Amino acid sequence: MKKVIEILVIGGSAGSFELLLKIIPRIKIDIKFVVLIVLHRKHNTNLSISELFRNKTPLPVLECEDKDKLIPGSIYFAPADYHLLIEKDRSVCLDYSEKENYSRPSIDITFKSASDIYKEKAAAILLSGANKDGAEGLKHIYQNYGTTIVQNPNEAEISTMPNEALKIFNPQYVLKVEEIIDLINNF
Amino acid sequence: MMAPDIVGDEDLEQLLNEVANVYGYDFTEYSKASIKRRINRICLLDKHKSFAELRYKVLNDQSYLSRFIEEVTVNVTEMYRDPFFYKALREKIIPKLGVNPYIKIWLAGCSTGEEVYSISILLHEAKLAHKAIIYATDINPTVLEKAKTGVFAINQMKLYTENYNNSGGSSDFSTYYSANYDHVSFKEYLRKNVIFSTHNLASDRSFNEFQLIICRNVLIYFDKNLQDKVFNLFDASLEKLGYLALGSKETIRFSHLNQTYKQVEKEKIWKKTR
Repeated sequence: MKKVIEILVIGGSAGSFELLLKIIPRIKIDIKFVVLIVLHRKHNTNLSISELFRNKTPLPVLECEDKDKLIPGSIYFAPADYHLLIEKDRSVCLDYSEKENYSRPSIDITFKSASDIYKEKAAAILLSGANKDGAEGLKHIYQNYGTTIVQNPNEAEISTMPNEALKIFNPQYVLKVEEIIDLINNF
Repeated sequence: MMAPDIVGDEDLEQLLNEVANVYGYDFTEYSKASIKRRINRICLLDKHKSFAELRYKVLNDQSYLSRFIEEVTVNVTEMYRDPFFYKALREKIIPKLGVNPYIKIWLAGCSTGEEVYSISILLHEAKLAHKAIIYATDINPTVLEKAKTGVFAINQMKLYTENYNNSGGSSDFSTYYSANYDHVSFKEYLRKNVIFSTHNLASDRSFNEFQLIICRNVLIYFDKNLQDKVFNLFDASLEKLGYLALGSKETIRFSHLNQTYKQVEKEKIWKKTR
């Protein structure tokens, strides 16, 4: 059954950067939802991740700043070394509190926050990674009747993260990258 | 396991209003998403099973208040966080401050002091410390006590040294502290020109005029309304041609200060033009 979504949150860690290089250029330009990406990465580099992706798609690609409003049809990255939460007015709330699952940004925190605000209109994808961040948050989205997608662990470069999610609940979709791209373009 | 929220939106509003009325600590204009998460976190940490239990404890046990404030406000910080920011301070801002007979700096939201020592070292290396005063303030008296000691965990020093080097520091960083087992103590002379004091950005007034105000990763916890009030406070506390420095994802773009402040190249540093 096709569901209208208002936000797609993508969480990834080790092995996910290359996947995003495949996925982002192929997202259709007429999407009607927000794409928000939480990617574990090293901070202290002066290079912004949004700049790396900016010439790969005609859609606007932005690294979130405090209080930025999330606009449909745009692709946002959570900034390195901040947790990202969402306010009721759909603006961004950054938080430099303790790491969660050894991670900042934590995928769990953003998944949960997106679910609390967008409820059943939230969708989330959990990609390759070497820790368990994101699994609980994805389950939270599922319990709030949102759409949950896990990268097929057989295909993931590091399958720990997808497997952690599959251990604790049954998401609606377990997909390979090509299938993920098709699904995104059919939301 | 991700526990369901114990404190909902209405509970949150009620509690924050009561805390403001009873204790005078006003968190009602903090960012809702963040403070709601912090308060639910306290419930988990301190094992409050219901909102009523937390509310009773906060409102009836005054000794619990400091714990509450410490956990609601975020006190995560590091030395020379974002080395490129400190490089800009070191190379572009501090030399300009040197022309003044006195240099007054306000470090608002100094938490446990890591930034205080970072800046003090910059002033010493610029040979300007003798005429500089740093006012280091925070809402939370407990963290200020820690800041005054200048004692930090030794396992952070590898990161801090790396940050210091990346900020353009050319001394041997270890000359600034002495190591003892699992911690280090920063040298006494680094806090000679530092005044530590409580100050609540949400309710307290301007107390001096400065040439540089540094407030990093504090405004992210405030809603737009409160941010505006704090921008007014900073504006009133900044000399003409003074500088305002914010965190790497913070901005004055949404504020009226945008008209009268000019950004220093790409840095999160703005100069007051009139």
